Amino acid sequence: MTNSWTDIKNTDLVIIMGGNAAEAHPCGFKWVTEAKAQRGAKLIVVDPRFTRSASVADYYAPIRQGTDIAFLLGAIKYCIDNDKIQHDYVRAFTNAPYIVKEGFGYQDGLFTGYDEAKRDYDRSSWEYELGPDGYVQVDETLQHPRCVYQLLRKHVSAYTPEMVERICGTPKDKYLTVCKMIAETSARDKVMTSMYALGWTQHSKGSQNIRSMAMLQLLLGNIGLRGGGMNALRGHSNIQGLTDIGLMSNLIPGYLTLPTDKEVDFPTYMSTRGFKPLRPNQMSYWQNYRKFMVSFLKSMWGPAATAENDFAYQWLPKLDVPGYDMLRTFDMMHQGKVNGYFCQGFNPLLSLSNRGKVSQALSKLKFLVVMDPLQTETARFWKDEGVHNDVKPEDIQTEVFELPTTCFAEDEGSLVNSGRWLQWHWPGAEPPGEAKTDTWIMAQLFQRLRALYIKEGGAFPDPIVNLHWPYRVADDPQPDEMAREMNGYVVSTVTDPADPTKVLLEKGKQLDTFGQLRDDGSTACGCWIYSGCWTEKGNMMARRDTSDPANTGAYANWAFSWPANRRILYNRASADIDGKAWDPRRKLIEWNGTAWTGYDVPDIAPAAKPRDVGPFIMNPEGTARLFVRGMMKDGPFPAHYEPFESPVANVLAPKIRGNPAARIFKDDLAALGTSDKFPYAATSYRLTEHFHYWTKHVWVNAVLQPEFFVEISEQLAQEKTIQNGGWVKVSSNRGTVYAKAVVTKRIKPLICDGKTVHVVGIPLHWGFTGAARKGFGPNSLTPFVGDANIETPEFKAFLVNVEPSNGPATS
Amino acid sequence: MLQELSRRQFMKAAGAGLGGSAVAALGFGGAEEALAQAVRPFKLTGTTETRNTCPYCSVACGVIMYSLGDKSKNAHQAIVHIEGDPDHPTNRGTLCPKGSALLDFIHSETRTTTPQYRGPGEKAFRPIGWNEALDRIARLMKDDRDKNFIRTNQDGVTVNRWLTTGFLAASATTNETAFLTYKVVRSSGILAFDNQARV
Repeated sequence: MTNSWTDIKNTDLVIIMGGNAAEAHPCGFKWVTEAKAQRGAKLIVVDPRFTRSASVADYYAPIRQGTDIAFLLGAIKYCIDNDKIQHDYVRAFTNAPYIVKEGFGYQDGLFTGYDEAKRDYDRSSWEYELGPDGYVQVDETLQHPRCVYQLLRKHVSAYTPEMVERICGTPKDKYLTVCKMIAETSARDKVMTSMYALGWTQHSKGSQNIRSMAMLQLLLGNIGLRGGGMNALRGHSNIQGLTDIGLMSNLIPGYLTLPTDKEVDFPTYMSTRGFKPLRPNQMSYWQNYRKFMVSFLKSMWGPAATAENDFAYQWLPKLDVPGYDMLRTFDMMHQGKVNGYFCQGFNPLLSLSNRGKVSQALSKLKFLVVMDPLQTETARFWKDEGVHNDVKPEDIQTEVFELPTTCFAEDEGSLVNSGRWLQWHWPGAEPPGEAKTDTWIMAQLFQRLRALYIKEGGAFPDPIVNLHWPYRVADDPQPDEMAREMNGYVVSTVTDPADPTKVLLEKGKQLDTFGQLRDDGSTACGCWIYSGCWTEKGNMMARRDTSDPANTGAYANWAFSWPANRRILYNRASADIDGKAWDPRRKLIEWNGTAWTGYDVPDIAPAAKPRDVGPFIMNPEGTARLFVRGMMKDGPFPAHYEPFESPVANVLAPKIRGNPAARIFKDDLAALGTSDKFPYAATSYRLTEHFHYWTKHVWVNAVLQPEFFVEISEQLAQEKTIQNGGWVKVSSNRGTVYAKAVVTKRIKPLICDGKTVHVVGIPLHWGFTGAARKGFGPNSLTPFVGDANIETPEFKAFLVNVEPSNGPATS
Repeated sequence: MLQELSRRQFMKAAGAGLGGSAVAALGFGGAEEALAQAVRPFKLTGTTETRNTCPYCSVACGVIMYSLGDKSKNAHQAIVHIEGDPDHPTNRGTLCPKGSALLDFIHSETRTTTPQYRGPGEKAFRPIGWNEALDRIARLMKDDRDKNFIRTNQDGVTVNRWLTTGFLAASATTNETAFLTYKVVRSSGILAFDNQARV
């Protein structure tokens, strides 16, 4: 989230699209209710299902899953055509005036540079025109035919309300009502917030779904303001933290990236990370990259990371592909190329696409280690559970270890909520039986591995035997120790170059902020964006001050918010070009003639003059990007593409199937189904009574929603003679599940391009362990293809057939 | 049985209560004492409160856990009740249908409580000691890494890849677990490394 849960109370309009906050994030949704009750804010819900969020909305519009980009680009077109743009904001704070190089174009659903064989683009034409001074050329009048604004206007011209209705199935009158409500927030004193979740991410173009709304929010001037922003409602309690700390194939903590094979040494690695400003005076904060990186390497390898060995840069692994994401890894596993696998609180047998493939892949492992507080299906993938896990244990040679761990109630540490608050928690009980903390298990494994390398030698032991391990008890590091490492500390005393008697940073002290980090090895910092979370003043994440001056919703002294305890990102954009709040009632920070002051930590250098320095300080432009240059694989602008499995062809580019830049492996392409055999558009979702695959282990929740079901419309039920509560068989080209049918008014058929499209809803909470009845999940059906940029699987839009059935026992 | 008992106690207390005010007014103070003794103490009296946050979604509602035991060395803690933290700025004491049932998560019958092992081709888990399990896993890791570690690519560039073992991390563990996990996994050269944010 750019903003926080408590900030939602400041909004005028909430749009929930790609999420269902009332059911999936109920206690966060209360701030929507608060905004409605106290400010008269309105709520729009756009969803294929009439969800509980929709039931309390001021306006609901249906949409076919997987068509959000068409819907949003149409809304951008509406705002441009009807002059509902926050012009001053757009001109000053976005790249709308920037000129794009000659040669960039878009035709028949493809941008320039497409290579069909590689399913990839040569992105060199997606770039600005630079002047002789090295800065990007601009046209403040926005009239230049190659300025971003004009290119955008041309790009969205195809998305008329009629076209949106053809693609999305949203009736034109409803669509125009939504556009009108959204467009009103272009006024300086009106703000909209976007609340989205996996309904946007789990698509082969998930990143571009989110970009589309971000662009709309920029055009309306809604980013950086109280009550505005792009608010990702993250799934798990610490999915934000795990991502911040870089537990992904290609990441280093704090959104630094692992080197690739091309970055043969540290200077080469740094050469592409210079982040030279693209406009005069800009902060381009990533210019500090080397400080973050060297401090990270010092926290990894301590004294063994020296200036002489480039701070052990060569001990990091390098990537030869964009990433060994889960889809790629399970594909390799399926080919027998992976021997060992660890699942630390992760249940891929139920949470990764195409369960059949996942099951076969796990069966080819030599060993699988599962650490979990609950008995997962993944740990039992080898177990014959009849129709619910139809495997032959005698044929599966995998050694499996199930290691019991603590749950939240027995563990101490911090979690990062969706609003970037790092909140500390304490244990209230001992672990059950022989269960241990994950930190104990990881330390024990590491100590053993290191001892083996010291004793026996082996393949390149250096990064293992030299890993910095400064813990009081090596076998059992404690949470405060890792928190201090992530915050950062002074490795060697730093004195003032002008006056060597003056100590700037004293050896052994905790850092106050990432502003103190250095690139000479004198500071160590595990995760630069967390710097400030555990300073010499103590644990900032454990703060419990509930005061909130002027009721802004910031709660500045409750816990710690990364970065730098900032509560609203890009908050400099809450003020106009001269530094006065766009809306005085929404004052956040303002320029007082010498400094930025207000209710939040300024997201800009405190003394940066308003007209000189732009608000988007992480970008070399200093502005936000409506045109994203070559930074995304599938286009500098979003474009409508159908899901890989769609009931209709892409009406704008009929030859293109799915996202043309998304990776899909050969076997998985062959496993895609078509609408002649699988005519219905399926989507997966969560219920308010359940959390993923955990709460089926919880007695109360298992009683509340005991049994797997699928949701279909009355019309489809009638067409297929399916009884409410009767068994149905749901199949895709990859698998079959049996479920009870819930025949509902919440789903209605849509008319897309003249064709009736039936939507099938498939909730995801059942398996074969726990207190609930045994059942199935959508991943038995879903395709093995991910988003072009980040490889999140396409769970939200796929094709199935539905037939009446006698249930699994007799079918 | 419990229900019956408490109902009887309730009736007794209610009966005493009915007469109590009138009797006390007449100077029979002993009736009030009898009433106080009959009333079951508030069940959370004497429990230890611990602040935590809900482990489910990213709203991260504040919760208060009530445990038996006073955290002294010989006292075993047992969580008997969980409710929303009224001081928490986000949830203000409320919890959803999932958070309200957290107690049953902690005490779920299908929690893991002992290390288990399943050998090749076997049809069931069997218990294994922590030391034996960890020794065996470390051995499997080292043998696989030594056999398959890629030190340099075809061009002679140092790449340090260990591609034959992978690691999925949990998005409900703490930051501190995450960082320790990161250090251990990355230093080994594992690249097949993800968390739930991927799916």
